Amino acid sequence: MTAEAVVEAVAAAEEEAAVVVRGVTKAFDVAGAAPAVALTDIDLTVARGEFVSLIGPSGCGKSTLLRLVADLIPPTRGEILVGGRPARQARLDQDYGIAFQQAGLFGWRTVLGNVELPLQVHGMRKAERRARARELLDLVGLADFAGHWPGQLSGGMQQRVAIARALAERPRLLLLDEPFGALDEMTRERMQAELARIRRETGTTVILVTHSIPEAVFLSDRVAVMSARPGRITAMVPVELAARAGVGRGVDSTDLREQPEFFAAVTAVREALRAGESALLRVASGGGAPAGAGPAGGGPAGGGPAGVGPAGGGPAGVGPAGVGAS
Amino acid sequence: MSGVRPTARVLARGRAILPPLVVAVVVLGAWQAFVDLGDVQPYLLPSPSAIAHQFREHVGPIRSAAWVSGVNAAVGLALGAVAGLVAAIVAARSRLIDGMLAPVAAAMNAIPIIVLAPLFNAMFSTTSSVPRRAVVAVVVFFPVFVNTARGLREVAPVHRELMRSLAVGPWRFARTVSLPGALPFFFTGLRLASSLAVIAAVVAEYFGGRQNGLGSRITSAAANSAYPRAWAFVVAACLLGLLFYLVVLAVERAAMPWRRHAGR
Repeated sequence: MTAEAVVEAVAAAEEEAAVVVRGVTKAFDVAGAAPAVALTDIDLTVARGEFVSLIGPSGCGKSTLLRLVADLIPPTRGEILVGGRPARQARLDQDYGIAFQQAGLFGWRTVLGNVELPLQVHGMRKAERRARARELLDLVGLADFAGHWPGQLSGGMQQRVAIARALAERPRLLLLDEPFGALDEMTRERMQAELARIRRETGTTVILVTHSIPEAVFLSDRVAVMSARPGRITAMVPVELAARAGVGRGVDSTDLREQPEFFAAVTAVREALRAGESALLRVASGGGAPAGAGPAGGGPAGGGPAGVGPAGGGPAGVGPAGVGAS
Repeated sequence: MSGVRPTARVLARGRAILPPLVVAVVVLGAWQAFVDLGDVQPYLLPSPSAIAHQFREHVGPIRSAAWVSGVNAAVGLALGAVAGLVAAIVAARSRLIDGMLAPVAAAMNAIPIIVLAPLFNAMFSTTSSVPRRAVVAVVVFFPVFVNTARGLREVAPVHRELMRSLAVGPWRFARTVSLPGALPFFFTGLRLASSLAVIAAVVAEYFGGRQNGLGSRITSAAANSAYPRAWAFVVAACLLGLLFYLVVLAVERAAMPWRRHAGR
């Protein structure tokens, strides 16, 4: 392939991609001090229909990255495309749905009213949006709770309502910021299985922020491993679980969690996390290297745009060991 | 709580009502015994039975006086509450106005506004109900404003982010998020204000003007040494205050059905 062909191929891939993050840096202004750099030089491409998790220690900027994609905050530098358009346009056009760690339901609206909210504020007629909301409650298994108040639901049920709400406008992209973070382990695993099923049924692209390795592995096609100070992507770990397609269709999600493939992927992500951390330590104690020398190993994920193209294939599979030392 | 049997609910309600009822009976009994046995003069303290007797004797005048004071309190309450609500919404929209209004309101809230009553009598015509209603409105304004403004300011960050993701305008945001969210705060202010409204309406009558409300009846009965009658009107004022409180409470419950079901 010629250089032009490569450029063209990359451009075409980006056109096709659900999300493209290119050279993004985010710094927050701090009163009376230098700006705090939350993210530096982030490159990330998420293919259509792909499930990508962002994982890393607290302060690595994974939630910030999600908020940048959602255009809840603007980047300091760089470019973000959602469905081939600028993030801001995508937000205005309702190209994504979002759910947070807190369910964030409105206590004064019924469960049905909460799911209807996005449709209502965008002017859908009542009968229509009611029907759509019922369909969504069916999807998340809460059809019998349409008339309840959020205060009457458990945390897990509230979170399911929040996910139903995020899906209300049939977004092509679902952004999830630790949606199961506040739930107990049992509920959490059940919710993960639910999410895997919903995602398969809707074909939605998903970006999930989590700090649970098993959660990331269970759900994702690829796991973006991040590290802190400054926040950056240190590795992209592809996850291939052949049995995942069968979850909810005869394959028990617990069985999947007990497969050797699953454990191997968990180990890979864990090692990538550790490698990112130790690279950071080496930079910190590296003596001569100026602090601003950029991310360890010269670029995220061991070089190249982190994972152009769909899961599993090609450049995404750099593996955990690809993080270079300083 | 749909699972609770009706009889159990009645029992639970009885258990809530019984203790204060017992206290009331004991206090009234002790009061009666104190006056009877101690031979206390009526100008010092009339007995409950004497007050009750006067109440029955003057039911007609009491009712009409309570109506007059009640209407004054209700009109003032409505005006003051609407003004407080509107001011809070304006303050919530503009940081500048909020910065100017909030400290002033907090300071005003701390002073007894009822002291303005004689001045309002001078400002407006003493032959009308206008000065009394104005005093009530001013008294009501502050708790409603201060509480509602606080409620409007307290929007959960997650709700802010969600509404930004939905790309809604400020007016839609207010209608969908901040106004309903401030409703409990508004009603807290209004409940406070409902008692204050009756107090203000009655006390404003102490400073002259038309002789048709509970306050003016209390002062004239006292001036004529008809102390048990004065007390009968005082009792009426208490009942009026209670009525206002209960009505606001009922409106609050009806306006926020989700609060009754908050199962925690």
